[in-house]
Amino acid sequence: MAPFIRLKFVSKSFADVVAVDNLSLDIEKGELFCLLGASGCGKSTLLRLLAGFESPTKGTIEIDGHDMAGVAPADRPVNFMFQNYALFPHMSVAGNVGYGLRRAGVRGDALDERVNALLKLVRLQNLGSRKPHQLSGGQRQRVALARALARRPKLLLLDEPLAALDKKLREDTQFELVDIQEKLDTTFIVVTHDQEEAMTLAGRIGIMDAGQLVQVDEPRKLYERPKNSFVADFLGTISFVDGVVGQRDKTGIALDGDLKIRAITNLDLAVGKAVRLAIRPEKICLSRTASTAPNQIEVVVEDLAYLGFATNYRVKTPSGQMFKLQQQQRRSNETPLSWGETGYVHFDPQDVIVLED
Amino acid sequence: MRGLVRYVAHLPAVTGRRLVIALPLIWLAVFFFLPLVETLQVSFTTPRRGIPPYAPLWGFGDDGFFTNFTTGNYALLLQYWSDYFGPALNSIKLAFFSTLVCLAFAYPMAWWIARSTEKWRTILLVMVMLPFWTSSLLRLYALIGLLNPNGFINAAGLWLGLIDAPMQMMQTDFSIYIGMVLTYLPLMILPLYAVMVRLDADLLAAAADLGASGPEIFRTIILPLTIPGIVAGSLLVFIPAVGEFVIPALLGGPDQLMMGKVLWTEFFRNRDWPVASAIAILLLAILTVPIIYARYQDGRVTATDRSERPVEAK
Amino acid sequence: MGRMNGLVLSLGALGFGILYLPIIVMIIYSFNAGKLVSVWSGASLKWYASLLENDQLLSAFGTSLLIAIWAATIATVFGICIAIAFVRFGNFRSRLALSAIASAPLVMPEIVTGLSMLLLFISMESLFGWPAGRGVDTIIIAHATFGMCFAAVVVQARLRDFDMAIEEAAADLGATQPFIFLSITLPVIAPAVVAAWLLAFTLSFDDLVIASFVSGPGSSTLPILVFSKVRLGVTPEINALATVMILVVAVAVIGASWVLRRRLAARSPD
Repeated sequence: MAPFIRLKFVSKSFADVVAVDNLSLDIEKGELFCLLGASGCGKSTLLRLLAGFESPTKGTIEIDGHDMAGVAPADRPVNFMFQNYALFPHMSVAGNVGYGLRRAGVRGDALDERVNALLKLVRLQNLGSRKPHQLSGGQRQRVALARALARRPKLLLLDEPLAALDKKLREDTQFELVDIQEKLDTTFIVVTHDQEEAMTLAGRIGIMDAGQLVQVDEPRKLYERPKNSFVADFLGTISFVDGVVGQRDKTGIALDGDLKIRAITNLDLAVGKAVRLAIRPEKICLSRTASTAPNQIEVVVEDLAYLGFATNYRVKTPSGQMFKLQQQQRRSNETPLSWGETGYVHFDPQDVIVLED
Repeated sequence: MRGLVRYVAHLPAVTGRRLVIALPLIWLAVFFFLPLVETLQVSFTTPRRGIPPYAPLWGFGDDGFFTNFTTGNYALLLQYWSDYFGPALNSIKLAFFSTLVCLAFAYPMAWWIARSTEKWRTILLVMVMLPFWTSSLLRLYALIGLLNPNGFINAAGLWLGLIDAPMQMMQTDFSIYIGMVLTYLPLMILPLYAVMVRLDADLLAAAADLGASGPEIFRTIILPLTIPGIVAGSLLVFIPAVGEFVIPALLGGPDQLMMGKVLWTEFFRNRDWPVASAIAILLLAILTVPIIYARYQDGRVTATDRSERPVEAK
Repeated sequence: MGRMNGLVLSLGALGFGILYLPIIVMIIYSFNAGKLVSVWSGASLKWYASLLENDQLLSAFGTSLLIAIWAATIATVFGICIAIAFVRFGNFRSRLALSAIASAPLVMPEIVTGLSMLLLFISMESLFGWPAGRGVDTIIIAHATFGMCFAAVVVQARLRDFDMAIEEAAADLGATQPFIFLSITLPVIAPAVVAAWLLAFTLSFDDLVIASFVSGPGSSTLPILVFSKVRLGVTPEINALATVMILVVAVAVIGASWVLRRRLAARSPD
C-alpha cells in the first residue's frame, strides 16, 4: 500500500533561491513527524507546499493517494497551524474555531456542538466568547490548534507550534500536543528549529539542510547513530576524530597512528581509508588514574565548566586532539580534575560512531 | 446584501483582480489625466467671447479638419514678464521661507512630542491633528480677526500700553507666513515626529558617554538621523505652498501676488481661460522637480520599509 | 542640554500658540454681543440664534455635507482598490501607470486640479452632453478623484503590515478569495478604512479652490459661501458657525483617540 504522504523529487525555488531541492519523503498515516533544521533550511517552505500555499517548481506531492497538483489549500484534507497562530483578531474564540466549519456549511446546533467539543479537547470550554487579545499565549496556541482541527483534517501541519511560548509552558504543551495527536490519530507534521522539542514530540525526525533531507530516523537513532558530521554536530554536542583505518576485523576497525581508537562498525572500510569518528560527551569517562579499559587515552584538562549536576570538560591529548566530555559527579567527596591536570579518558568501542562521510 | 456578498464571493479571481485595478485606473485616467491633457490643449488656444471662452484647438469644420494652434498665451507670459514671472518668483520665495518657518517651529515641537511620555505623546499628537481636521478656511478667517488693525492683538497691545498705534500686520509677508504656518504646520510635524520617535534614546546617551556636547550630539547624531523627516515634511509644505491661493487671497495685500492668485484672477476676473491654462502649465513645470523628487523619496522610504521587514518565511 | 530644552519648549509652545490662539479667540468672540472682534460688549448667544435663521449658510452647510459624504464614500471604495492593487498584486502590467496617476493628485496644486477638471467637464459637455452644467455632481466627482488618492495612502499603510498568515489561515479553512476579503481583511483593516473615509470627508468638506471651479449656480458649498462673505468683512455669524464645527470635530477627535487609547491599553498585556 502506498504511504499516506509521498513527496517525489520536489523542488521549490523563489527567484534565484532554491528553498527545497529535489526532496523525496514518505510519511505513514498516524505518524507524528518532525522537520528539524536551522532557519532558512527550507522546512517551512516544505510545510507550505504540503498546505498548498505554494506549489512546487518540480516534483509531485501525493496525499492519501491523490496528486495535489493544482488543488487549492481549501480543498486539501490538510489544515495548517501558523507560527504566530494567525487568529482572526475581530472574532471570538468560538468564531475562530467555527470559521472552517461554517465554510463547510455546518450551522446551528451542529456547529455549537462541534465547537464546544473542540474547545473541550483543548481545555478552553469557558472561553468561547473571549477575543484573541484577551487570551494568554498558551490559550491562543490552543485556540489555533482547535481551529486547525475543526475540519477533521487527515493531516495537520504545525509551523513552529511552540516557539511563541515561554520555556516552562512549552514543556507542558509538548506532552499535551502528543496526547491530542494520539487521541485523534491524525497525521501531524511539525516544523521546528528546537531539537529538544523535536525529540520530545516526534516518532520520526527529518533533519533538513539547504533544502534537502540529510537524515530521516527515530530520535534515538539520529542521536546515537548519525549518518554524517552534519547530523552528528546538529544534534547535541560531539567530538570528532579524523584518522585512517589501521586495522580491520570482523566486528570493527581501529585507527592508525598515535590514537589507536577502536570502533564497532559493519561499514565496509578497508585498511588505509580515511575515516571520521565521533563520540558523545556523556559516553566518555575521565579518571585520574590509568586502567585496562579499551580506548584509553592520556589527556590534559584544558577547560571545565561546573554545571551543578555535572561538569563539562574540554581535554586535549598530547597530539593535540580535543575531546568534549561530560562527567556526572556521583559522590560529593570526590575531587574532580582541575585545569592543567593530567588524567585518562576511555570509552566503549560500541559508543564510537563511525560517520559515513 | 447577503445575495451581493454571495455574488462577490464567487466571482472568478482573475475578473476580481482586473476589476480592482481597472476601476481606479479608468477613473483617474478620465478625471485626472485627461483634464491635464485638456489644460495643455487649452493653453494653446485663442481666447474669444463666448461659451467656452476659447476657440477649439482642432476640429472638423466646413473645410474639413482645422487647427487653431497658437503659442500666443505663452508669448504673453513672456511679454508681460513682470506681471507673471514676478508672482512666480514670489510664490517660490514665499513657499521657501514658509517651509523654513514651518520647520523652525515643527522641529522642536516634533522633538518635544517624540520625547514625551506615552500619555503626553498621545495628547500632544491629538493637539497637532485637531486643527488639521478642522476647516483651514475658518481658521484663516479667525486669524484675520487676530491680525486686523482693529483686531485682537492690536486691541490687546493698545490696552496693555505695549504699542501706541495699531500695527499693520495684515496684507504683509508676515501675515502670509503666519497663515502658512497655521495651515501647513501639522504636515511638517508628522513626518518629523515619525523619524524622531524611532530614534533610540540610547544613541544620544552613547554619544554623550563618548564625550559629545549637546550641540555636537545634535549636529552629529540627531540631525543626520532626522534628515528623511525634514525632506519629507519640507516637500509636503513647499509643493502646495507654491500653488497656494487662499492664504494670499485672504491675508496678502494687492502687491503680494502669488501664482495661484494670478491664475484665479485671469480665470474668474478676466475670463482669459487660455492664459489661465498656460499659467497652470507653468506652475506644473516649476513644481516638476520637487514633485519628481518627492516620488523618488517616497519610493526610497518604501524600499527601506521593505528591507526592514523580516524575510518571508522560508 | 538644559538651555536647549528651554529653546525647544518655547518654540514648541509658540507653535501651539499659532495653531490655537486664533481658534480660542474666535470661540470667545462668538459669544460677544457686539459686532467688532476687538471690543467685548458682553456675553450673548445672539449670533448663534441668527445662525439658525440664516438659510443661506445652513443650505450651504447641507450641500457641503452631502458632497463630502458621497465623495468620501466613492473615494474610500476606490482607495481600497488602489491599496489592494499595490500591496497585494505584485507586479501587474499597469502598476507603473497606476502608481503615477494615483500619487500625482497628492502633490498637484489645488488650483491646477480645479481648473483642469472644469476644462474637462466643459469639453465633455460639448462632446457628449454630460455633465449638463456643473453642480453637486461635478464637485463630488472632483473631490472623489483626489480623495481616493489620499484614502489609498491610508489604507495601504495598514495593508502593508497586515499579517498575511490570517488570510492564509482562512484559505486553509475553506474560504474563497473574495469571501476572505469580506470576512477577514475588511474587518481587520476597518479602523484604517474609517480613517481614510474621514480624511476624504475632511478634504472635501474643507475644499474651496476646486469646488469654486467646478461648482455651478445653486451649488455653493460652505467654504465658497464663507470665502465670499469674509472678503466683504467680518461676520460674527461665521464665528458662531466655526465654533460649532470646531467643537464637533474636537469632541469627535478626542473621543476617537480616547477610545483608541483604551482599546490599546486593553491589549497591552499581550
